Parts: sequence; structure tokens; C-alpha cells
Amino acid sequence: MRHARVAHAGAIHRATPHGQGLRLADGRIVAEDAVVWLPPLEPGTIIALGINYAEHAKELAKELSGKEKTGTSDEPLAFLKGPNALVGHRGMTRRPADAGFMHYECELAVIVGRTAKKVRAADAMAFVAGYTVANDYAIRDYLENWYRPNLRVKNRDGCTALGPWWVDAAEVPDAHTLGLRTFVNGELKQQGNTCDLVHDIPTLIEYLSSFMTLAPGDLILTGTPEGVVNVEVGDEVVCEIDGIGRLVNTIVGDDVYSR
Amino acid sequence: MEACLPRIDDAWAWIGGAATPTDRPVAEWLALARQEPALRFDRPAVGTVYGVLLNHVDALAALGDAAQQPPYKAPPRAPVLYIKPRNTHTAHGAPIVVPADVGELEMGATLGMVIGRTTCRVSEAEALSCVAGYTVCNDVSVPHASYYRPSMRFKCRDGFLPIGPWIVAARHAPSPDALRLQVDIDGRTVLQVEAPELVRSAARLIADVSEFMTLDCGDVLMIGVPAGAPRARAGQRVDIHIDGVGTLSNPLVAEDAA
Repeated sequence: MRHARVAHAGAIHRATPHGQGLRLADGRIVAEDAVVWLPPLEPGTIIALGINYAEHAKELAKELSGKEKTGTSDEPLAFLKGPNALVGHRGMTRRPADAGFMHYECELAVIVGRTAKKVRAADAMAFVAGYTVANDYAIRDYLENWYRPNLRVKNRDGCTALGPWWVDAAEVPDAHTLGLRTFVNGELKQQGNTCDLVHDIPTLIEYLSSFMTLAPGDLILTGTPEGVVNVEVGDEVVCEIDGIGRLVNTIVGDDVYSR
Repeated sequence: MEACLPRIDDAWAWIGGAATPTDRPVAEWLALARQEPALRFDRPAVGTVYGVLLNHVDALAALGDAAQQPPYKAPPRAPVLYIKPRNTHTAHGAPIVVPADVGELEMGATLGMVIGRTTCRVSEAEALSCVAGYTVCNDVSVPHASYYRPSMRFKCRDGFLPIGPWIVAARHAPSPDALRLQVDIDGRTVLQVEAPELVRSAARLIADVSEFMTLDCGDVLMIGVPAGAPRARAGQRVDIHIDGVGTLSNPLVAEDAA
């Protein structure tokens, strides 16, 4: 089952994909461009992983320190995001005029389905409700070496696209063999596979739940592979993950926000 | 936080598991707590809680030249924020669990500014009008030397953000820039701060944060932890008092005993 959340004809609906677009929970069939796509869930705590693909660590090595350079840090590099960052499928994301390097990050997002406290890796997959696609933009110009990655880089309004829907874990037989791809204006720019995660999903759940209780609806963005490039105003950025979905986002400028 | 905050007349407290807060003057809450020692203050139902690193001039100064050296290379320019996730939020009176492998915890006494309306791109002049009220926060950390990329293990453990006991309406509270704060451990005063010099005043901080990040009704922005945050260990009790806001008290217990 695929679960979308959309606005249509004056209300917010649960919806599932259908041959002619989407089927709303009340039975209406609507075209996919006749709805406003919302983030498919309103998550609780949003956890994101930095440098969780070794090749991505190499491409950022200049600005990293110590073991981070090779993606071999002793523990996962996890940080948090607020709900302000989220935007749905076919949403827009602002590129500030003073940004020199703003890049997408295609990531497999894991949705926690059950309260998880001190869970062992061997049992961890049973705590996953499902998956969605995240595009977690970063603006590297704003990076400072305090509490990296600081929220001005990674928690800007509308800079984390999520969707189009989330997929039940039962429909994803192996979450660690999924290809990830990002296209900018149709051109393939980023390619990876979840088999290359430095810390895989069970490891992340064991690690996080060792010191914090995860609750249903918490979200873990598992990191992005190598191949991040700058995006410009007007670019269409598509992040897709095998078996999960294809998430579209458009970069817009300050003028749209009366800046 | 489920909905936008309606007006707080006096001070909101959540009691007895009720979903909605009760509004009474602080003096009445204090009297009630005295008369009914069993009265339990639940944690205020707040949204996302944000902290800001090194917003006290003395805290930044305590780093000395290190702020210019690797890995930092320069003092912070923009506000450096972090999030205390929902598993950390806990009530006045609830035990703070000291992990088995840690001797002491840092008590990050600070003022929580509770946002009362959608706060996006506000000016310094209008910033304080976005604050519905104030509360006391204990931004607990496992002591750690580096601010470069501290592990979530240090700040995000269950119960690492005691908050409350109530939210005082902004108009009853003193200016957030002129607060008087005191930390007692086992009844002995270990930190006193009065009108500390801030890198960013409350209004400036809200304005600068809202430039890139919308704060919603019910979100909390903590103004920062002063230099010399005291430490406490299992078996001790910490009381954080902010004049005109309240006193937040929590015992520390060992992980095995919890």
C-alpha cells in the first residue's frame, strides 16, 4: 500500500495511487496534477544522517575532519530537523540569491512504526512502518563549524522535500538493495544504492534507540550517496528510489517570496 | 502542540493528565502546590524546542582563542541552533536519568520563549510580540568538550529537557534580556546570573532565526545557557529559578535505579 496526503477541492485527503492518478479515501479518482501534494506524513522527530555513504564523504573531504573524511566515524553522524523544513511532492524550494553552492540530497527515509527503546539490530526491521523518498537540500555557504551541520544549512523552510507517498515496509522486501538516482532537468547527476550505506537501517535503529526512545511517526533520513551538484533557480530536481517513488521539486528564487 | 496558543491570561499549567492547560496567577499555583504536595505538574504541551549555542558573551569568551582555532576556525556568525526532540521533554519533578557510563550531567539552565503565533521573517521590533509566554528549561547534556559535531547521545537522551512547571504570560514576566536566574543543587546555590550580556538579545535572536526558519505556535526557543553550567550527579536535586517565571525542580537518578 502507498499512502499519500493531498489537498483537493478544499480539503486534505489520504490517497493512494490509481491508474488514472490518485484515489482519495472517499472514492474520488483525481488526476495527479489536480491535487496539491503534501508531505505524506506529519512526522514526529526527524533524524537525518550525515556522511552515511563513503563515496559522499570523499566528495566533501575538503571540509570534513578526521575520520569523517573517509566515512569511517566511530558512530553515526546524526542530527535533527524541524517540521518547518518539509515540503511535498511537486513543491518548490527557495534558493537564496547569495547562495553559491546549494545541492540536493536524495535519501531513503525510514518511518518508525512502533515505539523503539534499546532495540537490537537483529530485531530492528520489525520497527519500520515504511519508507519514502527525501530530498534534503543543503546550502553549503552557510556551513559553520559549530554543531554541524547547523540548522541554517539544513533546516531552512521548505528545504526538505518528502514523498510523493510512503510505502508499507511489507512491500519492500530488501531496503538495502535500492537504487537511488537524482536527475536535474532530466540529466542523471547522482546515482547510488542503499547497499552502500555505511550504517544500515538496523544499525541506525539500534544506535538511536540505545539512548533515545523512537516513537511511531519518527523519521530517519539515511543519508545521500555521492554526486551532489549545485542547482539553480528554475531547475527541476527529481529524486527517485527503486520501489519507493519519484519525488519532483523545483528550485525558485527570492522573488517568489517577495524578497 | 496541536493548535495555536490562545491568549494566556496568567500562567498555564497542565495538571493531572488533562489535555488542556489551566490558567491561574503564578501566586495561586504556588499556593496550590504548597497545599497539595501531591499536585503533579505535567510537562507543558509544546511543539519543537530549539536551543541556541553560545548566546552568552561569557560562554563564548570562556572558549578564548579556541573559537578561532580548528576545528571551528571562527566564532559563530549566524545563530547556531539545535533541537531537543520530543523524547527529551519531561515534567517538573520528573527524574533525570544519569546514564550508567556517565558520572555527572551538565544542567543547562535557560529561559524558554514560547512562541504564540507563526513567526516568519519578523523584524527585531516586532519579535517579542510573537512570544506568548515564558517557561523554565533545563537543557541537560552529557558533558562534552567539542562543539564541532557533538553526538546526539549528549543532548537527546530521554528526559533531557525538563520544562515547566508552567508557562507565564509574556506580559507578567520580566524582560527576557534582564532575567535573573539561579541554580541550586541540593539547596546550595551554584550559579547566579543577572541580566547577562547576550550575543543576541531575545528580539534579535527571534528575528535572525525567523529569517531562515519559521517558528510555529507552541514552539519554544531557548535563549541560551550561561557560562559555567553546573554539573550534578545521581542522588542530587536541581532547582532552576527564574525571577517572575518559576522554579523547575528535578531529581537526578542513576540509570539502574530508573
